[in-house]
Amino acid sequence: MTVSPTTEIIERCRALFDDLQFTAAREWKAAAPGRKVVGYMPIYVPREIIHAAGMLPLGVLGGGDQLEVIHGDAYYQSYICRIPRSTIELGVTGRLDFVDGMLFPSICDVIRNLSGMWKLMFPEVYSHYFDVPQNYRDDIGGNYYINELKLFRDDLERLAGRKITDDDLRASIDAYNENRRLVREVYAYRSDQPWKAPATEIYLLMRAGMVLPVEEHTQLLRDYLGAVETEDRPIRDNCRVVLIGMFCEQPPFNLIKSLELAGCYVVDDDLLLVTRWLIGDVPLEGDPIENLAKAFLHHSEDTSAKYEPDAAEKGKYLVRTVKRTGAEGVIFAAPSFCDPALLDRPMLQHVLKDADIPYIAFKYAENSGQMQPIREQAGTFADSIKLWSES
Amino acid sequence: MNAAVAKATHEVVKDGSMLKQKGMMAGHYDRLAAAGETGSKVACTFVPGNLNELIMCFDLLNNLPEVNAIQNGLRKKSGSFVMEAEKDGHSEDVCTYVKSDLGMIARGNIGPYGKPLPDPDVLLLSYTGCFTFMKWFELLRERYNCETIMLHTPYKGDGEITQNMRDYMVKQLKEEVIPTLERVSGVKFDIDRLREYLRESAKAEDDLVWVLQSAKNKPSPIDAYFGGIYYIGPIFGAFRGTEDATDYYRYLRAEVEARIQQGLGPVTPDGDMGEEKYRLVVEGPPNYTSFRDFWKMFYEEGAVVVASSYTKVGGVYDFGFRHDPDHPLESLADYCLGVYTNRNLPERVDMLTNYVEEYQADGLLINSIKSCNSFSAGQLLIMREVEKRTGKPAAFIETDLVDPRYFSPANVKNRLESYFQMIEQKRASKRPAVGAMA
Ligand code: SF4
Ligand code: SF4
Repeated sequence: MTVSPTTEIIERCRALFDDLQFTAAREWKAAAPGRKVVGYMPIYVPREIIHAAGMLPLGVLGGGDQLEVIHGDAYYQSYICRIPRSTIELGVTGRLDFVDGMLFPSICDVIRNLSGMWKLMFPEVYSHYFDVPQNYRDDIGGNYYINELKLFRDDLERLAGRKITDDDLRASIDAYNENRRLVREVYAYRSDQPWKAPATEIYLLMRAGMVLPVEEHTQLLRDYLGAVETEDRPIRDNCRVVLIGMFCEQPPFNLIKSLELAGCYVVDDDLLLVTRWLIGDVPLEGDPIENLAKAFLHHSEDTSAKYEPDAAEKGKYLVRTVKRTGAEGVIFAAPSFCDPALLDRPMLQHVLKDADIPYIAFKYAENSGQMQPIREQAGTFADSIKLWSES
Repeated sequence: MNAAVAKATHEVVKDGSMLKQKGMMAGHYDRLAAAGETGSKVACTFVPGNLNELIMCFDLLNNLPEVNAIQNGLRKKSGSFVMEAEKDGHSEDVCTYVKSDLGMIARGNIGPYGKPLPDPDVLLLSYTGCFTFMKWFELLRERYNCETIMLHTPYKGDGEITQNMRDYMVKQLKEEVIPTLERVSGVKFDIDRLREYLRESAKAEDDLVWVLQSAKNKPSPIDAYFGGIYYIGPIFGAFRGTEDATDYYRYLRAEVEARIQQGLGPVTPDGDMGEEKYRLVVEGPPNYTSFRDFWKMFYEEGAVVVASSYTKVGGVYDFGFRHDPDHPLESLADYCLGVYTNRNLPERVDMLTNYVEEYQADGLLINSIKSCNSFSAGQLLIMREVEKRTGKPAAFIETDLVDPRYFSPANVKNRLESYFQMIEQKRASKRPAVGAMA
């Protein structure tokens, strides 16, 4: 029996996803002398700058449900989410011993504090808290961010042992522009024909982008779009949902699967936002650092980890997403103890309520095993949406 | 917080400073309650990154939701507010200060002193050292639909204040914070007025530092955690930069000086503490719903806290920083950047290690707060690092700020008792065995 090209692609992605030793990234590093790898956590870092230094950006997203956490629990109280402890586990068990730098973006106080823990625990690794402005004016937050990006570039130059020229940066921006275009194409394809591009496949496909060099990932996305078009997959009577709250700690793979089994087509989500954080192409002309900064300030995704300066706009992005994708409801799925997701949730729910959009909410942990309750809840939700739409 | 404790303990605590603070707090809540009649405008802001001097420049009253939550915790009202907010859809997992505040508002916004609290005219979202702040004020903005100013304090990820951080903050102050406060209040900004307030702040800060450092004496004349929470009240709240605060800290200092001369230990709710047996450094906020019982578990055993990180959460002054009238906006920026929860973990470890050594403590105790990722995430590593560096035993307890469901007296007491035993054992192992010399 021949394996379909789609299956082949997805199996490759699955193997990358399951590999907690990051063999692909290790092999990339070993393939040429002097290569370096820089890890980053959610939610956003400008991977272009790492790429421009000739280094591999590696998404570090915790240990999922396959990693046995033995040491990590000794670092965290029970009321703190799972991702930092499994990330520590990856660190202390040597699974990240090939990583030369670690970036901890400004997303919440847990990841913020993990940046200092990394400094204490792995002093030989370059660890950096990557701050971004919460003020979006070019002359205020923009200036600050441009200077931060320049300092970051200096750091990476030291780590790489070479200069990062503006042309290097432009070439990297170009590579990531293309990647983001394809990512959005895949997302658009799924929201058009969710029966053809299931959420489980899209997730694995995007996860591959956390470990592969960007050029390779872009090709993979292209191949997938070509392959999946030839698949003959039946349309089911599922309801269309937007999935929100999963921007940091990853849901167990089975959770995404369960939602589909429960009768939901995921037509949009906030998983792995780094793959499409910047909306639209970053211009190649002009100063590349300034362009990255402007893109961040004016053309980036909305999410719970960000401040919304305009009260009237609060949560509206979610309504727009629902409209754009033709979704019939929203599923709030947040990691337990996740401040950004859980503090923001009531405000987003108020906005949905005003727009008459139904929603449900539950929590998960990256290592949750029992999916039955979630499956039931999602199943009931899907059924009730169908009933409403029929009535 | 302070007057509430004073009320509960007025039979023993009669220090002049305490009475003065009690009057100051009651007056403050009266002014807030009367804001509608007097026409005073109100700003809400946070304790870490509190820009009280600037707020006063615009004749605004400063209402601090964290302080209201604390006060409600001490009066045992917060538990039901927290539940009210949870009923309204707020997660059981998030900070209970926020829920206490939202629950209080949902029940009619009657403040801890039994008088109504005014709606804010402006929310000064001084985003300093805590992610929750951002969402808290988005939640309040949703409710009050009032002007909201984001002042973003970058985190000291590498343990340093860079010029870029300072410039960014000063620019936000000049171009966003001050113009908006002018618009909301109708009062023109006068930098000389700010300088005057800052000059006043620095005086109070000198005396506060003197008081906190008096705990280096043996016996310590103060408890720098439970007692310290009274002492930080005025300067962390709505009084920094006022003459009232300066007076308060002057009285306080004189009282502590007198205690040192008399060789006395700290004042506790049950009177003077007896013999000082253990000297501790404490990391993390306290529990407020059982504040007095919690404290008692220490003083009954002769344990005194000689230094704490919580008393640095509204400003770290003991390493030399003072508000500076000659560099008003820069010093407000440096103040925000330097608060305890805006410091990275290695800095926190250094600070606590320094406290254990400088204050000749027996060890570090961490009170880990369920609500607070800013403080709590990483504390187990902090504990191990400080233990390793000082060679002194450390211990870990878990409670919550204002949610009584997470204060388990028996557990806490057990933990403390075994910790005191550990300290004893450590001491015994250091003493040369009797007869070993013969
Ligand atoms: S899951 Fe939420 S709380 Fe945990 S590290 Fe991520 S953003 Fe922070
Ligand atoms: S207790 Fe912690 S989480 Fe809550 S508001 Fe204060 S600093 Fe933030």
